[in-house]
Amino acid sequence: MSEQSIRVPQTVTRTARQRGVNEEAYLQVTDLQVQFPTADGMVRAVQGLSYSLPLHRTLAIVGESGSGKSVSSMAVLGLHDTKTARISGSIKVGGQEIVGMGEKEMQNYRGRDAAMIFQDPQSSLHPYFTIGDQVMESYRAHNNVSRRAAKARAIEMLDRVGIPNPKRRVDNYPHEFSGGMRQRAMIAMALVNDPKLLIADEPTTALDVTVQAQILDLIADLQRDFGSAVVFITHDLGVVAEIADDILVMYAGNAVEYGPVEKILGKPLMPYTWGLLESIPALSGTPAPLHPIPGTPPSLLAVPSGCAFHPRCEFKPRVPGDLCTTLKPELIPRTADQGRASRCHLRDPDRIFDTEILPRLP
Amino acid sequence: MLLYILRRLLTAVSVVIVTLVASFALFFLAPTDPAGVICGPRCTPERLDNIRSSLHLDDPPLTQIGLYMKGIVAGNDIETGGTVRECPVPCLGYSYTLGQPVTKLLAQALPVTVSIVIGGAVVYLIVGILAGTAAAQVRGTPLDRFTVGGALVIGSFPYFVFALLVALYATFLPESGYTSFFTSPLAWASGLVAAWLCVGVTNAASYTRYSRASMIESLGQDFVRTARSKGISRNRVVYRHGLRAALTPVATIFGIDLAFQLTGAIFTEMIFGLPGVGLLTLRAFGQYDLPVLMGGVLVGSIVLVLMNLVVDIAYTFLDPRVRLG
Repeated sequence: MSEQSIRVPQTVTRTARQRGVNEEAYLQVTDLQVQFPTADGMVRAVQGLSYSLPLHRTLAIVGESGSGKSVSSMAVLGLHDTKTARISGSIKVGGQEIVGMGEKEMQNYRGRDAAMIFQDPQSSLHPYFTIGDQVMESYRAHNNVSRRAAKARAIEMLDRVGIPNPKRRVDNYPHEFSGGMRQRAMIAMALVNDPKLLIADEPTTALDVTVQAQILDLIADLQRDFGSAVVFITHDLGVVAEIADDILVMYAGNAVEYGPVEKILGKPLMPYTWGLLESIPALSGTPAPLHPIPGTPPSLLAVPSGCAFHPRCEFKPRVPGDLCTTLKPELIPRTADQGRASRCHLRDPDRIFDTEILPRLP
Repeated sequence: MLLYILRRLLTAVSVVIVTLVASFALFFLAPTDPAGVICGPRCTPERLDNIRSSLHLDDPPLTQIGLYMKGIVAGNDIETGGTVRECPVPCLGYSYTLGQPVTKLLAQALPVTVSIVIGGAVVYLIVGILAGTAAAQVRGTPLDRFTVGGALVIGSFPYFVFALLVALYATFLPESGYTSFFTSPLAWASGLVAAWLCVGVTNAASYTRYSRASMIESLGQDFVRTARSKGISRNRVVYRHGLRAALTPVATIFGIDLAFQLTGAIFTEMIFGLPGVGLLTLRAFGQYDLPVLMGGVLVGSIVLVLMNLVVDIAYTFLDPRVRLG
């Protein structure tokens, strides 16, 4: 592979091919829109998001705060308050339509067909109940079993996620666990019903780096064993390169680049993704100033017209006329390669990348 | 834990002693003459002197306090009007005006106050927490605004005005008076209904607001979001996950509140004619009846200190993260 700051490990590509990927999408998101009416106006958190994810594959959703990555994933689990959120479009999980699903069906679906693990395990676990109680609760919500059987299952899951001494720790409270153990416990709780879709919302952001590696390994391990589809939300491109098969880059509520990881990170075709790669600090070579993307993400109350990224785009002058400010680009393949898509008006992004961006990357 | 309780009890004892001494001191600073009150209208100077010396009223205050304290732990012999009466442990003296042992008077009055307060507490806790929880779930809707508004209006009423209105106009309620529970539970309950209504409704207003605020915060917590994501029923999320966490601050407020209610049910007792500790102490105050007054103060400070301790211990059961010591 070419010299880039992100080296996509060979293991990712090999395993993806090896797995004989099931192309039938388990999760299909089509034109998802999520808006929140507020006193200051309509917050357009997600505008027209589409992606699909088959079993056995991991999709990384990447973006800054306010890009809509968490909001869109919470919509997949139906966690938004129906009274305040306006959701339209389609989310299909294992054939079931999630948007507009009734409360009863939703309760059956959540925790059984899809599960979510959250960013901060300290605040996401109930402080008053033991870990065992909380894992058992999830199991008994979807299975008619005795407390004894549920507890045995809970111990089994805690063991499976690598918590030592599970028989004793099952009766401990969350505050008696360390950060990494708490996150493992949350993973155990999410996977206890063997859901085919797991959404991990920045599960390692609150943990230190060594623990992060363990958790990533654990998730990859469990995916191999359970065969689930995994959506991994993160802002860390290093994590993406480690574990993801596909990557979806989000900006201001839209997907701006989408495709297999080795293609997108190996040769991105959208200025925002270029900016993300350039902003990664070089850990070797001569020290140089950092190159952040100038400006800040737009307020979702007032998304810029046309392409949402245009106020910060270095390459806007390369596009003829005022296309960037007036017409929102479509998310389509920019090259002959149909297996990827990006949202940009530039005519020759691959040439620009090869000649101008690549040399700039450390 | 046991060590902690012992330490707290020791502190409690010192607090009670300080309160007693302070009350004693206040009594002596006031221009009162209990001997005159006891002596009555046809009083001769020698009778006055007799009473004074038998009650040790001419002794220095320190001696009097010392005698009082001794009485509590070892009993005393009280001499009044020539006769010597034995006052067993814990001796709190004899009432100047009623001629009864203070301990007996308190033992009669305490159940009344406790009945009023506990009964009222049952009403306001149930009503307040249910209303607050319901309001929190429909937050922002007209029903919520109505509940909060109603709570504000009721809470703004001076308590005694509310109680008087109930006493005067709520004639459909059974007549109030105190019958011991052991004599007749039915009579006990019916005699207290009016008082329970007053205490219950007025306090329900505050507890509605506490519960509502606590629930709103609780329902916004990450762990509630996690609970929802597990697919458990809505009721389970709201009550087992949300309310359980929301109750902890409400429980602590209740604990301290209860202490104050037990010591201050005076208006209720007066307006509804229920002979509780508040009324007893108030009368003693008006008649310079020092032993009864001191008895009331003693009960009050013990209750307050104990309730503080109970609340702290209860906290460890409510929230497993809390460790005492």
